[in-house]
Amino acid sequence: MRERSRALSAWIGRRAHERNSVIYAALIVAALFFPTIAANLTGDPSPMISEAASAGVFVLLAIGLNVVVGFAGLLDLGYAAFFAIGAYTAGMLASGQLGASPLQHEIHIPFWIVLFLAMFFAASFGALLGAPTLRLRGDYLAIVTLGFGEIVPRVFRNMGFGSPLGNWTSGINGINALDQPTLPFWFVGPWVNQAFGVVKDFEFNYDPVAYYALMVILVFICVILVNNLQRSRMGRAWMAVREDEVAAAAMGVNTVTTKLLAFGIGAAFSGFAGAYYGTKLSLVGPDAFSFVVSVTVLVMVVLGGMGNIPGVMVGSLLIYYILYIFLPNLPDYASNLAQTVGLGFLNQPNYQHGWPGLSAEVQLLPFLFFGVILVSIMLLRPQGLIPSRSRAEELRRRSTDEQPITAVAETTAH
Amino acid sequence: MILRLEGVTKRFGGLIAVDNVSFDVPMGQVFALIGPNGAGKTTLFNCITGLFQPTLGNVVFEGKSISGLKQHQVARLGIARTFQNIRLFDYMTALDNVRLGQHVRMSAKLWDSLFKTPKARREEVAVTEAATELLNFVGIARQADNYARNLAYGQQRRLEIARALATRPRLLLLDEPAAGFNPQEKVDLMRLVEKILGLGITVFLIEHDMRVVMESSKRIAVLDHGEKIAEGTPEEVRRDPLVIEAYLGRSA
Repeated sequence: MRERSRALSAWIGRRAHERNSVIYAALIVAALFFPTIAANLTGDPSPMISEAASAGVFVLLAIGLNVVVGFAGLLDLGYAAFFAIGAYTAGMLASGQLGASPLQHEIHIPFWIVLFLAMFFAASFGALLGAPTLRLRGDYLAIVTLGFGEIVPRVFRNMGFGSPLGNWTSGINGINALDQPTLPFWFVGPWVNQAFGVVKDFEFNYDPVAYYALMVILVFICVILVNNLQRSRMGRAWMAVREDEVAAAAMGVNTVTTKLLAFGIGAAFSGFAGAYYGTKLSLVGPDAFSFVVSVTVLVMVVLGGMGNIPGVMVGSLLIYYILYIFLPNLPDYASNLAQTVGLGFLNQPNYQHGWPGLSAEVQLLPFLFFGVILVSIMLLRPQGLIPSRSRAEELRRRSTDEQPITAVAETTAH
Repeated sequence: MILRLEGVTKRFGGLIAVDNVSFDVPMGQVFALIGPNGAGKTTLFNCITGLFQPTLGNVVFEGKSISGLKQHQVARLGIARTFQNIRLFDYMTALDNVRLGQHVRMSAKLWDSLFKTPKARREEVAVTEAATELLNFVGIARQADNYARNLAYGQQRRLEIARALATRPRLLLLDEPAAGFNPQEKVDLMRLVEKILGLGITVFLIEHDMRVVMESSKRIAVLDHGEKIAEGTPEEVRRDPLVIEAYLGRSA
């Protein structure tokens, strides 16, 4: 019995590895051909490609939060705060914004440097928040990060006109007209309806294909780096801290710096994504970084498969699709469906009986459907869509036998 | 001697768990700490390894005071331990458990990990080799790829010892290593302890099984209600009336 379970777990391990390679390959192929597919599906592929680039922001966020939650096991409910810090770094350091501030001097740092500055600032704030709070465990840490996530957007909101410190962020209006990235050269081709070629002194200028390409490259690099981390001295220390802090410390792991590093790296990813997000949208306002963002990213991580990078990526793409494409279109889908199955009368509003028509009714309930989808997925796959080996095992075990008792019985028997 | 306790006291509020305990652990042999349940043995271990800070007194390791140091600092200095209620990293493989043990002897920085520098690669190879050797040393090499959680009880005890050895300690604290073992397994464990001594590592163990203790240890200290009531060779301790009383109760 035990031999079989052991063989089974080894088999799961090998399969998990192969499966991850397949998913990586599929993701790369999909990413490469997406612009072409989009061009063939619709006359103007720009909105779809732009949407995909924005989905990439969430992929980055999810990969980063996975380091904190999945690897190190720290529940962070204020992850959007670092996203905001990254975006505002870009907003303030790469636009005309600070001309209106007490500084009275515009700062225009090139995007490529801002990207790293945003990363650095977010990581610093991560360390600053982490240093006093990472001594806390579980629920307490979650509450403190939750508070931080609420405070940061509020600070940015209140640093606008009329704040005692002067106008730094334009408050509720947000910062707009962020500098666009430039490159010394760029490639063009059929995907933008041109012949193959190289253009010089390329300016991104809200070009969705360029932003999409940049995002694919960023995600690619980040996945490689995080994969390296996971299989390193650091990654093992994170796992150990997650499994048993006391034992990890007794084995010589400095648990405080280990957790701090996880927190800081997660924050760095978030800041990185924030700078990209702000620049692409060319607008940074305080409303884009609410608690809902933190929770959405957490849902992506948990539902995709905590601790497993391809799982987290698939999870974030799926949730992004559901939240930002499927649910907004659901009213149309619903009324079309009603029409085709012969229930067209549902589409007619009947105000006497308080029926606003199917489309309007569905429009009122997007989060009911979101909730149903989330609950269904978690019921069907509590370990996540594509879980890590350890997570799959953990949930499999928990639902079956309790091992230690049988283990003692067996050792004393032979 | 390798370890010296000087008047170590640990209070939890009004409870005195360890009361003014002093003794020396000589280098290169097995030293045992025995005593009835609740005598404060594990608390004393925790005070040595930095999990608790002693309320009073001093712990001296290789001539330097280690009181006030954190657990990971103590581990770095060369004291490793196992736990009474096995504390493995359940959902890490046996090999990873032992590799983690070498954490403190590795030098790869965050940078090396991120970019998989040649230094990090070399270190990983060396660490994996050493971990495999250690699994072999304790006799569970075949379990390398299994989760610690899935190992049999005896294998888990051995894995914990392998993980502790991976920190390359000079002093190994074993907290009831033979608990739950049958007689044959106890014999095997004693053989393993001898092999560990052969590596030049001093072993300091807590044990309930008197036969194990009497056979393996050169010196024994006895705790009861937090106080040291006896210390000496197994023969001396066995005859000590205070020890007999503590274990068997006062005869009326």
